[in-house]
Amino acid sequence: MEYIDYYKVLGLDKNASADDIKKAYRKMARQYHPDLNPNDAGAVKKFQQINEAHEVLSDPEKRKKYDQYGANWKQAGQFEEAQRQQGQRGAAAGRPFGQEYDEHFTYSDGGDFSDFFSQMFGGSRGGNRSQPRFRGQDYRAEVRINLTEAYKTHQQTFTVNGKNIRITVPAGIANGQEIKIKGYGGPGVNGGPNGDLYLSFDIVNNTAFTRKGNDLYLDAGLSLYKAILGGEETIETMDGKVKLSLQPETQNGTKVRLKNKGFPVYKEEGRFGDLYITWKIELPVNLNDKERALFQQLAEEAAKK
Amino acid sequence: MESNKYILVEDCCRHYSIELSFVRELNDQGLIELKQTDGMYFIDNEYIGLLEKYVHFYYDLDINMEGIEAISHLLKKVEHLQAELRSLKGSML
Repeated sequence: MEYIDYYKVLGLDKNASADDIKKAYRKMARQYHPDLNPNDAGAVKKFQQINEAHEVLSDPEKRKKYDQYGANWKQAGQFEEAQRQQGQRGAAAGRPFGQEYDEHFTYSDGGDFSDFFSQMFGGSRGGNRSQPRFRGQDYRAEVRINLTEAYKTHQQTFTVNGKNIRITVPAGIANGQEIKIKGYGGPGVNGGPNGDLYLSFDIVNNTAFTRKGNDLYLDAGLSLYKAILGGEETIETMDGKVKLSLQPETQNGTKVRLKNKGFPVYKEEGRFGDLYITWKIELPVNLNDKERALFQQLAEEAAKK
Repeated sequence: MESNKYILVEDCCRHYSIELSFVRELNDQGLIELKQTDGMYFIDNEYIGLLEKYVHFYYDLDINMEGIEAISHLLKKVEHLQAELRSLKGSML
């Protein structure tokens, strides 16, 4: 544990006035405040040091103690103990850290402060109104999932900054959409609340469908014979197989809408978009002689019309 | 209006010890969005984190409204670029 030169942290000399301290603190806080430096752990650390320096130097009692002992801070406790014992024996006057001091600084935890600070001042700050509490910074992370995963509400576990977080991803989440997880961001400063974690979803399309909002689009192959004669065709939707009836003489590029067979609507259980199927007629290849002759016959028949 | 989603601006001001005019100005600058019902202003729960941030900027760091506006714009840019960087790093893995 090392001595921290709080004056140096704020770029001040020992004769700095209360106004100089305030100005220097604000100037440095504007540079390193976590809200101004998103996702920068270095800035958070620096900001905590600045805060700590300000905490000590802006408080006349703490500054006096700090200036008095300075680099000899290790002896501070012993001096204080000796002074207190003297006081108890009747020499109440002249106690630098008497009862009043103890009442003023009832520390609870030293989470955001250095060991040096805790050792010298007995813990974290205590009820100092001038020291603001800061909310921790928000974290942002990207999560990649497949379109088939986004189709169904599912539980997913993520590791963000070494913490395992299990969340429910609601069906129908959109590409680029963010989910806020309250309190899973950076830790608050001076007892402020934690920041939030924003998970942004990058959805990879691992299907043949094209997603536009809640609707899905699919180009489906159709044999020439079925297109001409009509019949039934089975289509694989996100929700399973669906049998469709085809009118005779279905044209290439014909679009069919299957209501409620599209993507689920985010956070609206039971609601779905539509699925649009575009028939792409496939012409036969590798014809044998008989087939070619039959097509020839058809062509001649068509020419008569 | 869902009552648990909106907070009366006066309550917010009391909680953070800030002036109503400051919150109204944030609204006028489009930095937060207030809702007005029966002559009273309400703030969406979602904006509280953002409001806290602006309170720190204005009251703790002495940044004026124009500065907050510029910072807000630049922070959005930084976050966008960071997201892009994360995405590019991810696609290189």
